Amino acid sequence: MATRRQKKQMEFAAPKKQQRSIGGTIMLALLLFLMGSFMAFPLIYAISSAFKPPEEFFLFPPPIFPNNPTGENFRQLGLVISNMWISFERYLFNSLFISLTSTLAYLLIATLAAYPLAKHEFPGKKTMNETITLALMFTPAITAIPQYIILANLHLVDNPLGVLLPTLASTTGVFLCVQYMEILPNAVLESGRIDGAGEGRIWWSIVMPNIKPVIFTMMIFQFQAVWNTTGANIIYNEAWKTLPAAMGQVATAGIARAGVGSAAAIILMIPPILVFVISQSNVMETMAHSGIKD
Amino acid sequence: MKIKREHSLGRRIRKSTASYVMVLPFMACFVIFTVLPVLAAIALSFTNFNMLEAPTFAFIDNYTRLFQDDIFLIAFKNTMILAFLCGPLSYIFSFLMAWVINEMPKKLRVFMTIVFYAPSVSANVYFIWTYLFSGDSYGIVNAALLQLGIIREPVLWLTDPNYNMAIVIVVQLWLSLGISFLSFIAGFQGVDASQYEAGAIDGIKNRFQELWYITIPNMKSMMLFGAVMQIASSFSCGQVSQDLTGGYQSVNYSTMTMLNYITDYGSVRYEMGYACCIGVVLFILIVLSKKLIFRLLKW
Repeated sequence: MATRRQKKQMEFAAPKKQQRSIGGTIMLALLLFLMGSFMAFPLIYAISSAFKPPEEFFLFPPPIFPNNPTGENFRQLGLVISNMWISFERYLFNSLFISLTSTLAYLLIATLAAYPLAKHEFPGKKTMNETITLALMFTPAITAIPQYIILANLHLVDNPLGVLLPTLASTTGVFLCVQYMEILPNAVLESGRIDGAGEGRIWWSIVMPNIKPVIFTMMIFQFQAVWNTTGANIIYNEAWKTLPAAMGQVATAGIARAGVGSAAAIILMIPPILVFVISQSNVMETMAHSGIKD
Repeated sequence: MKIKREHSLGRRIRKSTASYVMVLPFMACFVIFTVLPVLAAIALSFTNFNMLEAPTFAFIDNYTRLFQDDIFLIAFKNTMILAFLCGPLSYIFSFLMAWVINEMPKKLRVFMTIVFYAPSVSANVYFIWTYLFSGDSYGIVNAALLQLGIIREPVLWLTDPNYNMAIVIVVQLWLSLGISFLSFIAGFQGVDASQYEAGAIDGIKNRFQELWYITIPNMKSMMLFGAVMQIASSFSCGQVSQDLTGGYQSVNYSTMTMLNYITDYGSVRYEMGYACCIGVVLFILIVLSKKLIFRLLKW
């Protein structure tokens, strides 16, 4: 973190980086192009497969781009889903409902918890922070089985809450948030206290507006994580199945379904990418302030 | 909220009511859905439990069984290969790409960030690799190699134990530009520009020296965060090997990781005690590796 004095100096000295050699730039651009192709090719192939008619999957050599692009796969996907027990709209609603509710609820409880964890002194604070850091290393595989037993005891199996509540226990967001809040100046919070604001009020009207970038970051991570949760082992009632679970049932492997599968994957990618693009500029700002301190 | 030392614990707790109320909703979820399950898993690892009958205490039988279980040793070896090969490679790849992207003009930067980040956004788009590496001649890779005359007949990339691990590694790398990648990108943009000026005066000649002497020391906290996330995710990978190459069903268990082994015992054989025992060992491995790596790098 730059001190105030350094910042002052920066304003006067025009920030200028080391002279860049043109050769170096070309080399790096080439590297970026190569790696970019490696990253982009499967994505491009997935998109082109979504528009391929089924018979073109059995051509040799396999065309990378469809010879006769068609929307047939998307129609097929719609047809299959409309023949399922509930409508596409219902699956979409279920997924959006669970993802958005979880994201919103998580943003509230995570920032509410992160504020005292970063800025208050109270017995047990150190233990809580250490447990949260340790929990970054838990893998869901270890907790899945006991979690199911707990959900069963709470009568939350086959209930959308059974998918939703465990997602609120994520520690990445709280961890990031605590890191970010630690650098908020105490003077601002103190001035609020002098004005007679309670801690809840300080959290809502002073802390929250100052951590907008980290809120956007948490939004991306949380939405993405919940959106990708199928809840397949919790929800058996078709009426509460999520879109990824329904799409998964349609798009199970097999080359004959390759086109439909690709179409499903492309559709499923759209919402998280939209959330990412919308909050992208805010994220960049946040990440610059996050991380583990010594 | 400075609290003086001489206050008794009870008094300090009473004075902090507001703090406890605020952490309560999250801590409740965290304890119920993460801490309790972890403790339960540790407890179950000392029992035999099949989900139908009550668990019976088995002392350390599960743990001693692990060391005699040849298949577990294969899973352990594969997990280690993935963790120690894929982990550092993903980390370096994320860092290198974040750096190169940062050296590019702004518009290209935003576009490339999305391209690099997109694969890790989706839960299942990696299935497209099964068509790229499909074992018949309709697979892109086989078709290209056949046409170039490098191979005479299609290679069973995903089932042949000689190749399938390499493919899992490639796909893991493809998926690796996630949270740590984003934090690196932001880290590069957060370095104080005046330091580069000072560096230029001190005789830094090119961008590689600049990266080494100025940028990296300034990004320590992001690099630590990235490292923790990377270590945890590389040890617990298994989804890709399960979906692409069969995981616990792969030929000679060639790509089975510890995570796949847990799935096998947990959701197929219903030997929960043993599955939890493997999970606990995996967790201990992650925590120890993090400690070891941080000590080696003197962080």
